[in-house]
Amino acid sequence: MNRRDILQRSAAAGLLATPAAALLAGCASGGGDKDDNAAYKGTKSEQNPLGVKEDAPLEVVIFGGGFGEEYAKAHEAMYTEKYPKAKVKHSATQEISKTLQPRFVDGTPPDVVNNSGAGQIDFNGLVSQNAIADLGELLAAPSLDVPGKTVKDTLLPGAVEVGSYDGKFLVLNYTYTAYGIWYSNKLLTERKWEYAKTWDEHIALCKQIKAAGIAPWTYAGLHPRYMSWPVIATAIKLGGPSVATAIDNLEPNAWKSDSMKTAADAWHQIVKDKFILEGSPGLDHKQSQTAWCQGKAAFISCGSWLESEQKDVTPAGFNMTIAPTPSLGSGDKLPFEAIRGTAGEPFMVPAKARNVAGGLEYFRTMLSKKGAQDFTRKVASLTVVAGATEGVELPYGLTSVVKALDASGANGFNWVYNNYYRKLERNLVDAACGEFFSGRIGPAEFLEQCQKGADSIAQDSSIKKYKRAA
Amino acid sequence: MRHGKWPLIVTFLVPPVLLYVVFVVSPYLQAFQISTTDWLGYSPDANSVGLANFKTLWHDDYVWNALKNNAILLALVPVLTIVLGLFFATMLAMGGRKGRAGVTGVRGGALYRTVYFFPQVLSVVIIALLWKEVYHPNKGLLTAALHGIGLSAPTWLGDPATAFWCVLAVMVWSNVGFYVVLFGAAMSAVPKEIYEAVLLDGASRFTTLRRVTLPLLWDTVQVAWVYLAIFALDGFILVQLMTNGGPNFSTDVIGVRMYDTAFGSETKFGYASAIGVVMFFLTLSVAALSLRAGRRDRIEYS
Repeated sequence: MNRRDILQRSAAAGLLATPAAALLAGCASGGGDKDDNAAYKGTKSEQNPLGVKEDAPLEVVIFGGGFGEEYAKAHEAMYTEKYPKAKVKHSATQEISKTLQPRFVDGTPPDVVNNSGAGQIDFNGLVSQNAIADLGELLAAPSLDVPGKTVKDTLLPGAVEVGSYDGKFLVLNYTYTAYGIWYSNKLLTERKWEYAKTWDEHIALCKQIKAAGIAPWTYAGLHPRYMSWPVIATAIKLGGPSVATAIDNLEPNAWKSDSMKTAADAWHQIVKDKFILEGSPGLDHKQSQTAWCQGKAAFISCGSWLESEQKDVTPAGFNMTIAPTPSLGSGDKLPFEAIRGTAGEPFMVPAKARNVAGGLEYFRTMLSKKGAQDFTRKVASLTVVAGATEGVELPYGLTSVVKALDASGANGFNWVYNNYYRKLERNLVDAACGEFFSGRIGPAEFLEQCQKGADSIAQDSSIKKYKRAA
Repeated sequence: MRHGKWPLIVTFLVPPVLLYVVFVVSPYLQAFQISTTDWLGYSPDANSVGLANFKTLWHDDYVWNALKNNAILLALVPVLTIVLGLFFATMLAMGGRKGRAGVTGVRGGALYRTVYFFPQVLSVVIIALLWKEVYHPNKGLLTAALHGIGLSAPTWLGDPATAFWCVLAVMVWSNVGFYVVLFGAAMSAVPKEIYEAVLLDGASRFTTLRRVTLPLLWDTVQVAWVYLAIFALDGFILVQLMTNGGPNFSTDVIGVRMYDTAFGSETKFGYASAIGVVMFFLTLSVAALSLRAGRRDRIEYS
């Protein structure tokens, strides 16, 4: 045997040995404490309230979607500014679930995950398997650059609730999104139309718009759940926030409450009177939004990401504006200005991440005023950090979002059943909306179908249930 | 040469078999094992639940609905594709006017063959997106054409009454070209003398196709059948991209159900594996059945 042979053989042996070793290691780590798998821990101090180990590496995985990844690189740079010895590993993917699933099972997930997009991991699954670290410590830590305030004090109302499961704050939803009805201010001003504040006026306006040869409404027929938002919002404004808590808590017949019935009846009007752009049931969200941008329809239901999503096809001077859903009448519990506002774009630190403290500190960087302003500047979206838009010039649509949220104030509302039970909104309510808004079923059947979906979730013992207080 | 046999066999057989076992057989076995657990996919914890997943499957209306759609696909896609493929291949091979050789194809056959084969060159994703635009209810090619001759058009993918057939049409469209080429190649292997003899006997073209070409092509048709049957039981990519099973589950197929259960609206990997196991056995039975049903005496040219 010569030296060459020895080398070759040992290399081959190494190849065979490596998977075996990995297997063994896997078994060992399944059992828990192994030295090289131990978490990084540093000493807590006033400057370092979360106890970050200064030279511990940090791995960040970003969803490569509408916001891109540049904003995250900027946050990472801010992190390394404070901890120059830490090496930050950055990656972006559109398929969060498929990329990270094996790593969660293996017990080696990254330290920060932006769990978003169509390939998002279902939060019900993650939470019920205790796969996410508690962010409570982060909330109690002092803000990075707002003196005298904790991180929690700097957040907008509702930011903590939406990421909490059974009272534990697990998911940091970084952006602040308003959901409403969008129109082109240019179109309405030119035609001397005014956005209607009550439902009767809205129907009258739709008649005028239709007479002018424009379709009053369009929607994403292939993702019809977009239309469930204005329907539920109308019901909540009529009956108060308890309408939403009943739906979130899967209460029996929550979908068939009087408020939901009245709201569904009202919305059925735009179907009956053919106020919807012909062909809308066959359009996907981009196609319908584009038809709207081309002036073929006057109104569309969407969240505040609409402006950046449509950036490439919006004509100059289109002046897109968000508005709350019209009030049903004087009996409404919430004023016309009340709008659905909620934190979105979820970030999490996996429970088994090695550098949990680093992940929390990274969030503290994101939630600093500097980090938030940088985000808003880069991607034209609001963050959950209060007052972070000061001194930042916003595009037209986002300015209208800020105004709408200000006007809504403490009357803002939200629901979270879509976070708790993804399947309920994405599959079941979605299908019901498709039938309803294409006119194949009436309001009673629509609510019946939604209720059936909710009941099927309530009866499924393999899905963990959550409750929230009003 | 005998003394060199074993090293050769070992070198060329053992590594591939090992690779096959590790990367093909073991995942299958693992899927069987996972299908008997309540694994949720994001932690190593899973409890064995026996056959509970299969029991749930039996009562899952959405799964039955998807299976029903697969059954329709299974009944229609292979038949339509093979009939169209045979028709086009026959036209290309012997659709022309009778020349001196007796049997010729239509003029420009090579061009047609390229055109038919074209969808095969495109990735399925591109086909799905392309047809999504063709089916665009306002400015799509199809709608515009119908409007052009004064007809009204349905909303295609937006209507449960039409969406399924739209997807089925794309499935046939994207497959026909391959089988035209496959059948064409098989036909060119049939000796010309046979056709000349048949022509001398005065057989019509249809008789020639039914009595001569088809029996001689039977092996190829059978392969096509098995392939298309497996394709019909899958159909995942086209459905997922064009409609994602909607509207109101009218285009749902079992593959989409499995994907949705594991990565989509839920993360139930145990349950999804159970769906996968069912798919495995269904596909296996369909393949075995169609091979058995298609068994004929082999005809040899001599």
